[in-house]
Amino acid sequence: MKFQPVIGLEVHAQLKTGSKIFCGCSTTFGSEPNSQTCPVCLGLPGALPVLNKKVVEFAIRAGLATNCTIAHHSVFARKNYFYPDLPKGYQISQFEDPICRKGWLDIQLEGQGPKRIGITRIHMEEDAGKLVHGDVPGLENGSGVDLNRACTPLLEIVSEPDLRSSDEAVAYLKQLHRIVTWLGICDGNMEEGSFRCDANVSVMPVGSDTLGTRAEIKNVNSFKFVKQAIEYEIQRQIDLIEDGGSVVQETRLFDPNSGATRSMRSKEEAHDYRYFPDPDLVPLVISADWVQRAQKELPELPEHRQQRFITEMGLSEYDAEVITASHELADYFEECVAFHHNAKAVSNWLMGEVTRALNDSGTSIAACPVIPRQLAELIKLIDSGAISGKIAKTVFEEMWKNGGDPKSIVEKQGLAQVSDSGAIEAVIDEIIAANAAQVEEFRGGKEKVFGFFVGQVMKASKGKANPAVVNELLLAKLKG
Amino acid sequence: MKISVADVEYVARLARLELNKAETDLFAGQMDAILGYVEKLNELDTADIRPTSHAVPVENAFREDATRPSLGVAKALANAPDKADSFYRVPKVIE
Ligand SMILES: [Zn+2]
Repeated sequence: MKFQPVIGLEVHAQLKTGSKIFCGCSTTFGSEPNSQTCPVCLGLPGALPVLNKKVVEFAIRAGLATNCTIAHHSVFARKNYFYPDLPKGYQISQFEDPICRKGWLDIQLEGQGPKRIGITRIHMEEDAGKLVHGDVPGLENGSGVDLNRACTPLLEIVSEPDLRSSDEAVAYLKQLHRIVTWLGICDGNMEEGSFRCDANVSVMPVGSDTLGTRAEIKNVNSFKFVKQAIEYEIQRQIDLIEDGGSVVQETRLFDPNSGATRSMRSKEEAHDYRYFPDPDLVPLVISADWVQRAQKELPELPEHRQQRFITEMGLSEYDAEVITASHELADYFEECVAFHHNAKAVSNWLMGEVTRALNDSGTSIAACPVIPRQLAELIKLIDSGAISGKIAKTVFEEMWKNGGDPKSIVEKQGLAQVSDSGAIEAVIDEIIAANAAQVEEFRGGKEKVFGFFVGQVMKASKGKANPAVVNELLLAKLKG
Repeated sequence: MKISVADVEYVARLARLELNKAETDLFAGQMDAILGYVEKLNELDTADIRPTSHAVPVENAFREDATRPSLGVAKALANAPDKADSFYRVPKVIE
């Protein structure tokens, strides 16, 4: 029997606010355990939560960018369960009346048309604290609880079970990741857990329209692991069914070391959360005006910009996708192109030298020491024939290290391209005189030796000779 | 009886409450009476009324996104039954 996987994803995106969702504690990552806590986020008796307005604004932004309807009326609810990282014994979340509903995203796999993936809902909630095991003196036989993360704002973004393969799941996840980072509402850092994903996976016989029983895989924190975890889980369920067994609905944990998922017994009993409206938080009413304002403030979205770069600027599909990986990169690109209208060359430089230099030094594009105007001028120098592409890389390195405009670097270091045929001829004559044997070889039909001559001439001119002129003159002289 | 002894035992387990037989019976009777009383509402036609989530007609209470000083580790841990380093210490949680 052939099986069809059915996948839905629940993404938790931590919002980039300065303070927590219901109190004024800082959300900074990596501080001393429990140093960012107060009566509200510790769940001390009598403490009352007050909603951070920015969380609502970010949720509206996320909803609009994913084509959701923004609820006029929404309510916070308590999700009740016991766990050591949850100080109140309940998590404040949203249940029946989430802030966003019924949206969608388009994904595109290589060589296929776009596919629309439904978004069931987006809701706001608070994160739990963190449990620490081992490695800390005094915790050998226990677990440590750090509540700095407790009450940090999250958006939970729930997809419809529209995904049919691990590749589609990853494409959806990447698209969503690009959107929330693009909107500036989430830093997208998966290692620090700012963007994490639970996957609901089931399989059904091809042609069937009855969904199989699903397993929920918890907290998979990289694109690679999502792919691995889903593929493992699909195969596990198929094997199970083919061996005459059946899938049980359960929570499973992905183990990156083994690439396998395993049952989490601790979560077995916890599925009756007894949600009810939180009496401490009043209902949220979002006016049409508010939504309209948010819509106006929404930046041009990555997909739209990607399309524009293809149709208006002539970039390839691939280049446009890379350049729109982040808002900052796309901005940098457009600024360069405004100074010098050679989009293709700008994107090549961004994807090549610039990306390499950024990666090597761990710098973000926003902090790039070479500003767009300077990069544009550098490319202009190449396009006008003032310097060669090779020399341009030297100039770029100099700009990166010591700053300065490309023109003045070229002048100061005497790097301008030599196109003057008299000067080049003189060099060629010397090289030909000094390499009589190779000249004979060339004239005897071994045309490969030509490359040797070009290399020698370029070397003698320290890379400054105009390659086109060199080729032409050299060929003429060698053929004699 | 709308609320059975089994219901009370289930809710008690979810709430991590340990009840003896006498308490279970007592609460089953009391909870049944409470639900029976509230059930009177079913006699009203509420078809066009949105379920009430809050008793007071207030909406949109916000704070701006500004940080305020936290308690500090010493104060935060002051009443902890058990601690280690800057952590609350709990029995080992194994996943
Ligand atoms: Zn707090």
